[in-house]
Amino acid sequence: MSEKSKDTAVTIPAQGESAGDPEILLKVTGLQKHFPIKKGLLQRQVGAVHAVDGIDFEVRAGETLGVVGESGCGKSTMGRLITRLLEPTGGTVEFEGKDITHLGMGGMRPLRRDVQMIFQDPYSSLNPRHTIGTIVGAPFKLQGVTPEGGLKKEVQRLLSVVGLNPEHYNRYPHEFSGGQRQRIGIARALALNPKLVVADEPVSALDVSIQAQVVNLLDDLQQELGLTYVIIAHDLSVVRHVSDRIAVMYLGKIVELADRDSLYKAPMHPYTKALMSAVPIPDPRRKDAKSERILLRGDVPSPISPPSGCRFHTRCWKATEICRTTEPPLLELKPGQRVACHHPENFEDQAPQDTVLLSVAREAAELVADEVLAESAETSAAVAAEVADAGGAEAVSASTGTASTGTVSGGSAAADGADAGQESTEK
Amino acid sequence: MSDLTKSGAAVGEPTGASPAPTAFLEVRDLKVHFPTDDGLVKSVDGLSFQLEKGKTLGIVGESGSGKSVTSLGIMGLHTAGQYGKRKAQLSGEIWLDGTELLSADPDHVRKLRGREMSMIFQDPLSALHPYYTIGHQIVEAYRVHHPVDKKTAKRRAVEMLDRVGIPQPDKRVDSYPHEFSGGMRQRAMIAMSLVNNPELLIADEPTTALDVTVQAQILDLIRDLQKEFGSAVIVITHDLGVVAELADDILVMYGGRCIERGPADKVFYEPRHPYTWGLLGSMPRLDREQQERLIPVKGSPPSLINVPSGCAFNPRCPYADIPKDNVTRTVRPELTEVDTRHWAACHMTQEQRERIWTEEIAPKL
Repeated sequence: MSEKSKDTAVTIPAQGESAGDPEILLKVTGLQKHFPIKKGLLQRQVGAVHAVDGIDFEVRAGETLGVVGESGCGKSTMGRLITRLLEPTGGTVEFEGKDITHLGMGGMRPLRRDVQMIFQDPYSSLNPRHTIGTIVGAPFKLQGVTPEGGLKKEVQRLLSVVGLNPEHYNRYPHEFSGGQRQRIGIARALALNPKLVVADEPVSALDVSIQAQVVNLLDDLQQELGLTYVIIAHDLSVVRHVSDRIAVMYLGKIVELADRDSLYKAPMHPYTKALMSAVPIPDPRRKDAKSERILLRGDVPSPISPPSGCRFHTRCWKATEICRTTEPPLLELKPGQRVACHHPENFEDQAPQDTVLLSVAREAAELVADEVLAESAETSAAVAAEVADAGGAEAVSASTGTASTGTVSGGSAAADGADAGQESTEK
Repeated sequence: MSDLTKSGAAVGEPTGASPAPTAFLEVRDLKVHFPTDDGLVKSVDGLSFQLEKGKTLGIVGESGSGKSVTSLGIMGLHTAGQYGKRKAQLSGEIWLDGTELLSADPDHVRKLRGREMSMIFQDPLSALHPYYTIGHQIVEAYRVHHPVDKKTAKRRAVEMLDRVGIPQPDKRVDSYPHEFSGGMRQRAMIAMSLVNNPELLIADEPTTALDVTVQAQILDLIRDLQKEFGSAVIVITHDLGVVAELADDILVMYGGRCIERGPADKVFYEPRHPYTWGLLGSMPRLDREQQERLIPVKGSPPSLINVPSGCAFNPRCPYADIPKDNVTRTVRPELTEVDTRHWAACHMTQEQRERIWTEEIAPKL
């Protein structure tokens, strides 16, 4: 978590988008992955699953970026794209300023030392025929690295780092429990001192008490080795615990990207709010306080033909006409909090002239308690008033217009000196 | 239904001297053991509890603690004979509405299954038959217990699908399971298990395979249906959040035994077993300020073939040395009442546990 200040020249990072910025380890722009659907004798492509459909974010050195979303939102595909286990359909991935979007196997090999992955299922990600010594030692052999003091010694050191007995060097994966296997996977990922570790659901296959052990281990390793993590998970409480910043994904898009505390205290995207309110709270005395919960109607739509405009408009209780026609860009509305929404929660409305709810929204609102609706209207109004007072005419004029992207992002950047122009202008 | 119960009482005359209980469901000293090549797996080893109609019991524990085996035991699904010698060995008593199920005639239990007691499984995709339509499966479940024609049964199926919130139930009744999404399948499963108005509903990890937003829908549905039908519900889960939402009483299992049982409030706010403390400490929580660190339980769950002697939790318990004479490693602690209707199985004295909880554990949560 400590901002690692290994960088030599830049002490105060200019949070800009210069490609060589040492603070930004990984930068993703417009990343897309469409899986073709083929049919018939000739295997013609009849459609595509829009698994990841244009996402932008960056990972700063030393931080943990959490990625949450429901199943099918494209979070795992995203993880595989940034580790280049999958070939992106569009967009770019830059690692330490170097474009790695379309590097081949050979081109990627030197980078594999720096980017490692921890997989979800500790049962299928370890070769059952290899001893754990071989498994953890494999990265050294593949990279042609001879560690100081010999391979065996190094592997044993790694095993003790992740809390396994180094004497178990010669055992096979089936001799270990789920939590221990996950530790083996972590030891393997750490073998070559990577800069970035992408962990795809690292604890979801584990029992609660073991989950906590692994979460603490990841935490300790980050502090000792200065690692940067991208942690993909569906469990919002685990993600809050481990992350510095969090990206919320819905149907292949990032709908909100914010610092942990701002996101959990004041989520701005209705989807984020619904997602967080859905988490069951382990407190029987709150059983009756169920009115705070926002129930979403139905399921996530198919990523084969995602809804037009804002992808959440089919389930959102605030959706208006503009949500159906115009896709909201991911804008930095508050410092450190980017949201793609026309009618954000806890903030002024981005399209206040558009007030007529869609019929789906009216149906969806039936499931939302009146208090929640009233409260959100209140805070939005309060924030709007605040912004009108402080922010000056610029932001106001921008929000009264048809969500003109340039001005809004310019306004917020002027106000807080955060990254301007980071957001792509209206597409 | 009433004549069924009456005849059941005749068949299920108790074998032992113990009298029929007053509770709707009472499990006494249930043991489920599986002989294997490596030894006897004691999945459930002496479990007792009661449950009244209209109440919900939450059974919590890690994988391998015996939660699901218990539920299958109550449903009488362990005795499938085709495994020959591998058959599960059950002992103890399971009383459902005055009928003892373990000693009852299997044919009679079959008549109760689905009608008096039914079950929602974790993974609806594997619990539903892929080859038959949803409607067909619900109709079948209904007609097994009710002598009605297919048309009436189908009307009933549509009615149930509507009740569990499936849109356009008259059309969806003819869909196959693969045409439903995960949440919809689970709703269909619930519709099927409720079609005969069962008085006992066992939900084994009903929402584990679902996303949080869908989970919230399903939990809401189970709660509403219970209010409507007034059935007794057992919810089996590893998620303390889910039990807190649903359960009136909570039973914590470890190594095939109950280590703590009591009203939900007590178990969450005044837990009296170190394992329960461990579970509460290992969970990151959204409703609290960010914890600095989680407090995990060290080690891993015990093997059910070689359950540690004494208290099964002793190798992982940070307080194992507090009771004198090494008693935690030699004597198995019995469940003792620590408060009204609140039991825990621990060798530490009440005062010791109360002090540790209030001074050491609770402030860190």
